[in-house]
Amino acid sequence: MNESGDPMTSSSDTAAPESAVISLAPAVHEAATVERATVFATSDLAVYYGDFRAVRDVNLVIRQHEITAFIGPSGCGKSTVLRCFDRMNDLIEGARVEGSLTYHGIDLYGPDVDPVEVRRRIGMVFQKPNPFPKSIYDNLAFGPRLNGIKKKGQLDDIVERSLRRAALWDEVKGRLKASAMSLSGGQQQRLCIARCVAVEPEVILMDEPCSALDPIATARIEELMQEIKADYTIIIVTHNMQQAARVSDRTAFFTTELNPESDRRTGRLVEFDHTTKMFSNPSDERTEMYVTGRFG
Amino acid sequence: MTLTTIDSTGGSAARSVTAGLTKQGIDVRGKVIEGLLIASLAVSLLIIAVLVGDMVQRSWSVWTDRGTDFLSSGLSITDASAAGVWPGIKGTIALMFLVVLLAFPLGIACAIYLEEYAGNSRFARWTRVNVRNLAGVPSVVYGLLGLGIFVKLLNGLGEPGAELQDSGFFLFRWFGNILDWLSGNNGRNVVAGALALSALVLPIIIITTIEALRAVPRAIREGALGVGATQWETIRHHVLPAASPGILTGTVLSLARAAGEAAPILIVGAVTGTLITGNQGLVEQMSGPFTGLPAVIFSYARLPGDDFRAVTAAAALVLLVLVLLMNGFAIWLRNRYERKW
Repeated sequence: MNESGDPMTSSSDTAAPESAVISLAPAVHEAATVERATVFATSDLAVYYGDFRAVRDVNLVIRQHEITAFIGPSGCGKSTVLRCFDRMNDLIEGARVEGSLTYHGIDLYGPDVDPVEVRRRIGMVFQKPNPFPKSIYDNLAFGPRLNGIKKKGQLDDIVERSLRRAALWDEVKGRLKASAMSLSGGQQQRLCIARCVAVEPEVILMDEPCSALDPIATARIEELMQEIKADYTIIIVTHNMQQAARVSDRTAFFTTELNPESDRRTGRLVEFDHTTKMFSNPSDERTEMYVTGRFG
Repeated sequence: MTLTTIDSTGGSAARSVTAGLTKQGIDVRGKVIEGLLIASLAVSLLIIAVLVGDMVQRSWSVWTDRGTDFLSSGLSITDASAAGVWPGIKGTIALMFLVVLLAFPLGIACAIYLEEYAGNSRFARWTRVNVRNLAGVPSVVYGLLGLGIFVKLLNGLGEPGAELQDSGFFLFRWFGNILDWLSGNNGRNVVAGALALSALVLPIIIITTIEALRAVPRAIREGALGVGATQWETIRHHVLPAASPGILTGTVLSLARAAGEAAPILIVGAVTGTLITGNQGLVEQMSGPFTGLPAVIFSYARLPGDDFRAVTAAAALVLLVLVLLMNGFAIWLRNRYERKW
């Protein structure tokens, strides 16, 4: 639909190289030299809750097999924008979107788009680990079962593969029938990542996935993100600037500003660039103040 | 109590802190309020204790003289020593069974729509408020509804039923039999009673189910939707199972209330005199005159003589035990399946 309309997507036809590099260091230099295929592109995206404009001026290009971080102070709309990418905002009464948001060139908010199908391709990991109050196995098998996979052998394979992918298999392989609620917070969050991976999405959205976890569990999740980014495109919202600097290839900085017409604050995108540039030599003064801790 | 500190002001700061932390006499107001609260609780408990104690004491002669014979005897308005509650127990069980069949699915379906699908439209809000109002409507009113609508409706089924019974096609004959059965005793049968009681508990079931659904965390719904479940799949696989302990507890409690209501079934036509069922089959009994425990109690309470007062107390005790058993079952359900998030 919007294949070549946006100048920012002009390089989207460049073939994405198979990323064989799995390292803990951000693969920034590699990303800087090769432009990967575009997964999402937004142009002048704004989100409203009723009459209130929560965030505006979002122009982003999310590229394949990269980790994109959204940072910014509270209330700047980074979670709101993230939740547009899998149409989770649909659940909120009165929420609506202006501007365009395309996924592989297709308008995600087009009239023919089924949000359920969108969510099968674009998974989400939430701030608070939210395993279903069922067994570990059933948590992972739920998504595949929805897709019509009924055979036990096939489900067993998916469960094991997903748990291995989320680096949880060794810890839970002996007790797949145990309740998911019996796991620790960090394990629960990795279970949620595994649950997301089990339906084989293309994109994984993470909404502050580590904010409820201790540093060790956080490190494991970050490690995991680096391991799986070869297969997935990841967008992560984080309050933790060090985390954004550690894990992401590109960073988007959002901030809030007072609306001239009302006394409520609206979020807006300030700057979007390679993470190394954002944290060493940002173009915008506000970004520099934020990443150096002088504001926000 | 003394605090020792070394400071430049010669310990005056420490002394003022000590003074501030020390108890200043007795908190009179706090004690008075606590006393009043305890007294309120004591009065409430006393009322219940006296009520139960009085019932047990009055009915003592019945239990010692007749034991379980009282439970299995039929109704009698002439001979207290032969009077029992068996038709009442049977009737109440039949009523409860039909209420479960009618009101549970309907009430839960209404609640799912109102909470999960209706959103926050003006219509949905208006309906929710009015369902709450309906829960407060006196039971007598539901009795009148039962008489005016359900009895009339069931009675009206008799004629087409009879016509269908004469039909040649076996399915129509079969359907005619059902209509005939539903119209038994001119519509004043157990089905009419159950319909009236269902209307009585429906708002309560809807409210408790809405509250149970609302208590399911948003995170669970988002988790299910996030892996590509549709709204119904989310409700069916996650929201309803998570809410079911709350739904069950609420509905069993509402059922206990229905079991104890006398007015609706009396108005609909529960038999208060002698109910002779003899050796009739189940269908004949169900389509004929019916009664329930509250109606039986009402019927015995109107009769003169100490013998019947003892029988009344005994019947009331049976109802009380039945209701307490149901409430106990609800509490057990809640504790057994309660979830922590």
